[in-house]
Amino acid sequence: MTEQNKTLLRGARILGGEPQDVLIEGGTVAEIGQGLRAADAEVVETGGAVLLPGLVDLHTHLREPGREDSETVLTGTRAAAKGGYTAVHAMANTFPVADTAGVVEQVWRLGKEYGYCDVRPVGAVTVGLEGKQLAELGAMHDSAAEVRVFSDDGKCVDDAVIMRRALEYVKAFDGVVAQHAQEPRLTAGAQMNEGIVSAELGLQGWPAVAEESIIARDVLLAAHVGSRVHICHLSTAGSVEIVRWAKSKGWNVTAEVTPHHLLLTDELVRSYNPVYKVNPPLRTEADVMALREALADGTIDCVATDHAPHPHEDKDCEWGAAAMGMVGLETALSVVQHTMVDTGLLDWAQVADRMSFRPAAIGRLEGHGRPVSPGEPANLVLLDADYRGQVDPAGFASRSANTPYQGRELPGRVTHTWLRGRPTVVDSKLVGAAGAV
Amino acid sequence: MKRHLISAADLTRDDAVLILDTAEEMARFADRPIKKLPTLRGRTIVNLFFEDSTRTRISFEAAAKRLSADVINFSAKGSSVSKGESLKDTALTLEAMGADGVVIRHGDSGAPHRLATSGWIGGSVINAGDGTHEHPTQALLDAFTMRRRLVGEEGAALDGKRITIVGDILHSRVARSNVHLLSTLGAHVTLVAPPTLLPIGVDSWPCEVSYDLDAVLTKSDAVMMLRVQRERMNAAFFPTEREYARRYGLDGERMARMPEDAIVMHPGPMNRGMEITAEVADSPRCTAVEQVANGVSIRMAVMYLLLGGSEPALSRDDTARTEENN
Repeated sequence: MTEQNKTLLRGARILGGEPQDVLIEGGTVAEIGQGLRAADAEVVETGGAVLLPGLVDLHTHLREPGREDSETVLTGTRAAAKGGYTAVHAMANTFPVADTAGVVEQVWRLGKEYGYCDVRPVGAVTVGLEGKQLAELGAMHDSAAEVRVFSDDGKCVDDAVIMRRALEYVKAFDGVVAQHAQEPRLTAGAQMNEGIVSAELGLQGWPAVAEESIIARDVLLAAHVGSRVHICHLSTAGSVEIVRWAKSKGWNVTAEVTPHHLLLTDELVRSYNPVYKVNPPLRTEADVMALREALADGTIDCVATDHAPHPHEDKDCEWGAAAMGMVGLETALSVVQHTMVDTGLLDWAQVADRMSFRPAAIGRLEGHGRPVSPGEPANLVLLDADYRGQVDPAGFASRSANTPYQGRELPGRVTHTWLRGRPTVVDSKLVGAAGAV
Repeated sequence: MKRHLISAADLTRDDAVLILDTAEEMARFADRPIKKLPTLRGRTIVNLFFEDSTRTRISFEAAAKRLSADVINFSAKGSSVSKGESLKDTALTLEAMGADGVVIRHGDSGAPHRLATSGWIGGSVINAGDGTHEHPTQALLDAFTMRRRLVGEEGAALDGKRITIVGDILHSRVARSNVHLLSTLGAHVTLVAPPTLLPIGVDSWPCEVSYDLDAVLTKSDAVMMLRVQRERMNAAFFPTEREYARRYGLDGERMARMPEDAIVMHPGPMNRGMEITAEVADSPRCTAVEQVANGVSIRMAVMYLLLGGSEPALSRDDTARTEENN
């Protein structure tokens, strides 16, 4: 370790509270108080910036191995650090699919080697994401990558028996199945949310019921076998109602929402600009409002980015030919501030809960999602919440630029991120971390 | 007029009437021994067809040639497109060749919109049918045909006319364009289809919806029968062809219950025996062939107005020159 062994943050507002000094030493939060002194510490004058625990993403597509033209573990974790994340869960739909201990260990090891952000791979539920045969879930769990979350994300585990077995099987090691809820027959060829806009645009609809029917089935299955299930990127008001009902029964159901589903609606598809093409699709204003309310009242546990990088050519085309997905790591906190904090729906302590504590708990991820208290790991993010600026993908660390927010003014800017006390972002710029672990 | 024609929804009532009136002027030339006008001499129109449609392509081709434009037909089949070239690269190629207007038919809804708004090309874009979205020149030629048959007056719209569109509304770009245009022109539109062939969200459209053809027929000035693809049966949109024909097909008996002067329309190609019987298709009340002829006049009018300027279609000079050429 170098001279950054000790760092003193002056006047940081922990979880948005009153300004205090925070001393980071040896990878942990050493001391919190007023007027702290440490002669040999690097001092950061925070100017009253908000200090949060490092964010944890349950849903990131790092694309490596296989689609390094859109993202790599290096570029994706650099983007994560810039967005204030200290841990990401890397989705399994790579080439080859992350359905063996070998692939998940490779991804995990790359993350560790680069050192920008902890990478916890998600293991595929079924071999090749084919939905037919369970992957070796236990081997992935027991591997060095310590897989706890399993998902065929991108595809739904639509076979009820396979889903039941997966839910049952992971009970042996407290794993969780994260379901991409999409009834495939109801969504064959689907291009956007089914409703008023799709009717006018002549684009094939992706009906809300295709998501809701799978969620309804899966919460019942989870209850029946006594396992826990996590719902990926919940997008409709009806899904919220089902999850709320399941939780009222005491069933072990958790759910995530993406930043883009908290802000954008299917009206944007009228431009036919494929930057708005995403799966699940952008829904209606009523859905957006229901999702915000559900995130505020805890029905939806957490925000997950579904960061889905795509190369330029896969978006610079006609709608039908375009890939589905949006990058999100570098804008997530700003979108949450805009939609949830500036609207008064969440305070910063609750943001820490929805973007750090709860996702870490769902993923059984140790060392992350911890309170900002003496003795805790110094996984921290400092946010200039007063900043306002336009989103410019030219400044992204991600290899891809498929953001729906280009040119949009959003609040908040991550100025610093620390991973176990070591800065990965300083003054909103990445600092060399490669090789340092 | 705007620079492009992408959607019938973009047309104001004045735009639409101007196109219909201009088409009347164009139609008068069709009866002359020499059908050519010099208006678009030296301009290049590209027919960019990603879907096979000989009928629509030759209609646009005839229209452009009668306006003296140079016409390039670009069919995606057997071209670089079938080797994976993107729409963008195709567009850049056409731009480099100096296309003044691009007539595009594409299987993806929104492709003409992308072409017009992406900055790939500078010329005018005319939508000749995109996916299940729109087919605005078809709606214009339908409105032209209705105005001739039901109103018979230039400068007029279709106020108060009762138009019924029957069939596969869900997958029909013709229906979408017609609902926009006909309502803009003051007509009352009713869509008739089995519920499976109506889009979710149709209740927000400026029209009525009915599942019962017989109830609507007697109150229709024009009945437009849409082609129903037999393959839809396999996707459970309806049980059998015969059941569809019985409930939603137009036969002589039903036609007899229509008001005396009411017309039967069909954008073609017809599925005789499915949505329309031969007796109806071949009757004098059916305007299917007339619609084809009117299509050339409408497309001439659209190209003229988009590419030639918005002064009257035939200036005195043009008329004089044309007569000299005679």
